[in-house]
Amino acid sequence: MSADLVTGRETWSSETPVPGERGLAPPSFIRATLLIARKDLIVELRTRTALLAALALSLLSIVIFNFAWDPTAVAAIDLAPGLLWVIFTFSGLLGLHRAFGVEQADRAMDALLGAPIPRTSIYAGKALGNLGLVLLVQLVSIPAALVVYNLEVARVILPLGAIALLAGIGLVAVGTLFGAMTTSTRASELLLPVLALPFFVPVVTAAAQATARLMGGRPVDETIGWLKLLAAYDLVFVAACAFLYTVIADE
Amino acid sequence: MTAPSYATTRPSRTIDGLLLAGLIAVAAAVTRAIWFTPVEARQGLAQKIFYVHVPSAFIALYVAFALLAISSALYLWLRDPRLDRMAESAAEVGLVYMSVVLLTGPIWGKTVWGTWWTWDARLTLTLFLWFIVLGLLLLRQSIDERSMRARYSAVLGLLAAILVPFIHISVYLFRTLHPRPIVLKPSAPSLPGTMLTTLLLSLAAFLLLFIGLMRTRYRYATDRDELLAVEGSE
Repeated sequence: MSADLVTGRETWSSETPVPGERGLAPPSFIRATLLIARKDLIVELRTRTALLAALALSLLSIVIFNFAWDPTAVAAIDLAPGLLWVIFTFSGLLGLHRAFGVEQADRAMDALLGAPIPRTSIYAGKALGNLGLVLLVQLVSIPAALVVYNLEVARVILPLGAIALLAGIGLVAVGTLFGAMTTSTRASELLLPVLALPFFVPVVTAAAQATARLMGGRPVDETIGWLKLLAAYDLVFVAACAFLYTVIADE
Repeated sequence: MTAPSYATTRPSRTIDGLLLAGLIAVAAAVTRAIWFTPVEARQGLAQKIFYVHVPSAFIALYVAFALLAISSALYLWLRDPRLDRMAESAAEVGLVYMSVVLLTGPIWGKTVWGTWWTWDARLTLTLFLWFIVLGLLLLRQSIDERSMRARYSAVLGLLAAILVPFIHISVYLFRTLHPRPIVLKPSAPSLPGTMLTTLLLSLAAFLLLFIGLMRTRYRYATDRDELLAVEGSE
């Protein structure tokens, strides 16, 4: 019996060779991870449910925030960094829930768990897919916010991208694990933000503070501390969550 | 219909002696703090809250949360249901102590600092631990299958312990880069003798109450699990 990982239609026993380019050996960790991420992104780009909802939410929030504060009293440059990161956090939550939610249908999760691939590659693939989703949302909403709030940031666009990537990895690392945990609980959509938001605090604080200093034209060494914090958070939580996922998936 | 067998396996406990002792000890400590300890010269009566606030904070963070983190980590290793019940009890009793800290803190803060709340490292950390423990109890509530509930809650408990230094560092960086007016915080070691004695007695009383509450909560969890096992086997 064979099956296509992209459609995930059939379960595999551990003896079943995996259809790869050579056709015999089970996929390596990296290959399995990439296959799962690719599958998730393809599904997402075809249905566009979470992507469009997250995009719409973040654009709407940018617009709504414009009316929630008095631009003559608070300059956009002071408010925009914090605002952007609050928006990313909330719109990211929409996508996180979907990564494992989509596997509930037809018990596709069982096929994934039964596949002859390391369990951590399921987590890594899901996280990578989520990261793609979060970065896509940021790719649209950061320029949108810059335009709407008239921010001059051409010179900091690259470091800003680096912060977005570092923070995105942190958010997704924890969010993917919590997404896996909450899909099998009652009230899962409500539980995910309650569990994940406290863990997002260091990421959002660091990202918003670093963004504010960049946009404000402060010297680079003022942002270094925050970037180090983001990098440390990424390292620790990617490792911890990848390991703990094997505990979660242990049926 | 005959009485179910589990009712006879252990004598019924109506009142837990340790819990009662803890309650009496706390009442005594509070009495001593209010009537038999001198009023602090600058802060006046507001400082009396110190004798409830500090012991609760100490026990919530260093005993309850530590117990939650350790029993969570050990559960993932040993998979002993007793460790899960320990984590469950520590989370629930710890949440009560953290709530006491978060409620008494602003009352004291308003009179002494002039503000209900400040984003100081300890305050922020306590607040977020409160949120996380609340989330952990909500998570437990929404899973029916026992071993899955234990695993998920242990994962969250362990992650919470990993998160603590990160919240601490981010709040610390936040404060050092944005200097604020220096907040005067009364420091314990410079306390006069009677006040220190009252504080230590109060700490002992709240610790006794904590142990009493833990034991009651743990026994409840044991009884509940036994009951579920009996019902499941019928």
